[in-house]
Amino acid sequence: MKFSVASDLFPLLAGVLAALTCGLLGNFLVLRRQSLMGDAISHSVLPGLVIAFLIASTRSPLVMFIGAAVAGMATVILVELVKTLGRVEPGAAMGVVFSVLFALGVLLIEQAAARHVDLDAECVLHGQLESLVWYDAPDSIDALLSFKAFANVPRQIWTLVGMLTASAAFVLLLFKELRLAAFDPAMATTQGFNATVLHYLIMLFVAGATVASFDAVGSILVIAMLVCPAATARLLTDRLGPQIVWSLLIATGTAVGGYAVASIVPAWFGRDAVNAAGSMAVTAGVLLSAAVVFAPRHGLISRVVRRRLLASKVARDDLLATLYRAVEAGGPIAIGQARRLLAGRSPSRVIARAGRLGLVHIDGDVVSLTAAGRAEASEVVRRHRLWEHYLVGEAGLAPDHVHATAEQLEHLDAAPPIGPASDPHGRPIPARDR
Amino acid sequence: MIAPAAIAEVHDHLPTISEIIETMTFRAGYNTTLVIAGTLLLGVAAGVIGVFALLRKRSLMTDALSHATLPGIAIAFIAASTLGYNGRSLPVLLVGATVSGVLGVVCIQAILRHTRLREDAAIGIVLSVFFGAGVVGLSYIQRNHSAGAAGVNGFIYGQAATMRPSDVALMGGIALIAILSSLLLLKEFSLVCFNDAFARVDGWPVTVIDLLMMGLVVLVTVAGLQAVGLILVVALLIIPPVAARFWTNRLWLLVLLAGAIGGLSGYFGSVVSALLPRQPAGAVIVLSCGVVFSISMVAAPARGVVATSIRRLRLRLRIAGDHLLEAAHEERAPVISRETIVALSRVRGWPAPFRSLMVFLLRRGGLIAKAANEGLRLTEAGVERGARVSRNHALWEQYLVSYADIAPSHVDWSVDQVEHVLSDELIRDLERRLAERAVALPQEPAS
Repeated sequence: MKFSVASDLFPLLAGVLAALTCGLLGNFLVLRRQSLMGDAISHSVLPGLVIAFLIASTRSPLVMFIGAAVAGMATVILVELVKTLGRVEPGAAMGVVFSVLFALGVLLIEQAAARHVDLDAECVLHGQLESLVWYDAPDSIDALLSFKAFANVPRQIWTLVGMLTASAAFVLLLFKELRLAAFDPAMATTQGFNATVLHYLIMLFVAGATVASFDAVGSILVIAMLVCPAATARLLTDRLGPQIVWSLLIATGTAVGGYAVASIVPAWFGRDAVNAAGSMAVTAGVLLSAAVVFAPRHGLISRVVRRRLLASKVARDDLLATLYRAVEAGGPIAIGQARRLLAGRSPSRVIARAGRLGLVHIDGDVVSLTAAGRAEASEVVRRHRLWEHYLVGEAGLAPDHVHATAEQLEHLDAAPPIGPASDPHGRPIPARDR
Repeated sequence: MIAPAAIAEVHDHLPTISEIIETMTFRAGYNTTLVIAGTLLLGVAAGVIGVFALLRKRSLMTDALSHATLPGIAIAFIAASTLGYNGRSLPVLLVGATVSGVLGVVCIQAILRHTRLREDAAIGIVLSVFFGAGVVGLSYIQRNHSAGAAGVNGFIYGQAATMRPSDVALMGGIALIAILSSLLLLKEFSLVCFNDAFARVDGWPVTVIDLLMMGLVVLVTVAGLQAVGLILVVALLIIPPVAARFWTNRLWLLVLLAGAIGGLSGYFGSVVSALLPRQPAGAVIVLSCGVVFSISMVAAPARGVVATSIRRLRLRLRIAGDHLLEAAHEERAPVISRETIVALSRVRGWPAPFRSLMVFLLRRGGLIAKAANEGLRLTEAGVERGARVSRNHALWEQYLVSYADIAPSHVDWSVDQVEHVLSDELIRDLERRLAERAVALPQEPAS
């Protein structure tokens, strides 16, 4: 399928703009554990729209915007009231408020329909991306650059551009405050700016973004974009600045990818394009799943790999330390004994790998340390005994209680402060010989 | 546009009294009666099961669950139609809904277990992504199977009107099963809700019981999809228990009340929807729940806002009165001048109306009386109360200093809060303990 300026540019642009706006604000929702406020607000925008329409009897965008924004803020305040005055659990409070408001909206729409007013509830959910057609779109680059071309840009685009600019300015100007309030609201308040006020400001912007976006993309994409890009970015990095940048990149990728999938994939099977907003939400989910699996530090794969590496290092350390102690006690160690020690940790593989690394020497039935193995083993035993000394001397544990703890601590790279020449059991602490 | 969701035989005029009575007493035609009975059962089931969801703090997880049913419905429809069956057959669609709803819940659990994301984000992700997938499916159906689109779309906002008797029977049957099984398992469910660690130690299969609870939530959600719609069905699970919670602290009563609120809302919603034009049943049901909720939150005697604030005000007034008596006792001034009260109010931050109310209550309680010269004086009872409060203050202060190792200069403020609520038993205990340590005790007030 070919990209056409007239029918594809604006839907795509609206999707990207909405994704960027919601993705940006979503960072603070996800950090403050309020992702679902976006959900609540976008449900309860419905009665706001209808009431604004019934009062002003016009579909002028400004009136709709004000009605929806008022409903959004009312949701935030009502949830807070139910939570604090009624002492209702936060999740339930949110559920009560938004479902009642949404029901009110559905009822009011039915009433409005009686007066032959076309307010479309489905459209609130799915949006009408596909309807953003650029009538008499310019057919050449030159015409695109003239002012006349902008006259027919749909107002949804302008609204979104405005909202994105406002949100970006908000985040840039108050970045320091937002960051502090996101991580430690109490401290933010003691630092002289009110975290509660900031909370309501964020909610105001979320309500604004919801209202500006849902007209074009539908509330379901708003919810997806408020949560998914920020959540995905949160898996990729631990710092807020990079997280925001990532979330914006992901939001853009989601919008573009989702739009492309919606129009291209069905075409392969000779079918019509499917709903683009829904497909963007699914793309957001796919990107998130990818991050869950492949993220560099917090991903499933990297966590499994790290755990495996650690487990194999621990097993090797234990093998070497046992061999070292056997030498200390005056005898070589039989391979069966080493196996028993490593039971449950695939002993043959651990021993074979240590052999390949040149740390142990296997001679028939006997395992012994090589020179390199001895150096490494003495380092492990040294750490073990230093930790035992530390635990008895500094932490006040009884000498017969420290072995198990030291057995775990010995695998850490960090060693305790230098101790005496022997451990609490009177065994010598090996000197560092590298 | 929304599918017309008012019940089939729509009246265009206001209903007459006899029509209202007929509808309300289940005599308004077979279909209408069936729908009313069905939503009533559904409401009871949702209310009862919702209690356990609320106690397990899963209210919003049910929201994700109900949204997550949409792709299942769409896929079930497409699969059935492609295989040549009737895609709109309700059991087929509900099986699809159940599978994808459960899958959604599993995804939430997986996100919680395997990533650093919190519950709110997990719920938001599953809700929006699954619903997005459902929307994609619906748009596919709309463009490729236009015949079935209306039937499937109805699941979003509910379509009690177009339900067939067999659909209603299915819904009512599921609801009945859910009610019966949760009543049978009431003991197990309450144990797991209130203390799952204890239940585990005591040898109960906690995980199985928990899964059963979740399974019943899934059942009720799926049963309610067609009548109420998937966005609003969570309201039936969330609102009745929360509303009932304002009235009682006992579990069996909570279950009973929540079931009653849900059932009444279901009944009322479908009756209104049957009688008046353009009243979608789902929305009316949820709004009736909302009305009951608002009334409960404001007026319930146990935990309602009015009752709570009255209780709180009375406690504050009693404490303020105690402070006044204590101050009078400590100044050894049986007569309290107006200036003393005003000065004390400034220190304690009592606004003028509060002050007047406090004085009024003290006079009514016979603790103070009007003195000859415009001022107030303590009565005998007032002197005794002042002395007792003052002594409690001293006792608790001594206790904190000698047992809790708090510096004498730091105890006054916290004692100020506690002195009013010490029970007689505690006072005797304090006296005994302090006597053991040979701490000089304040004088017992002369009575």
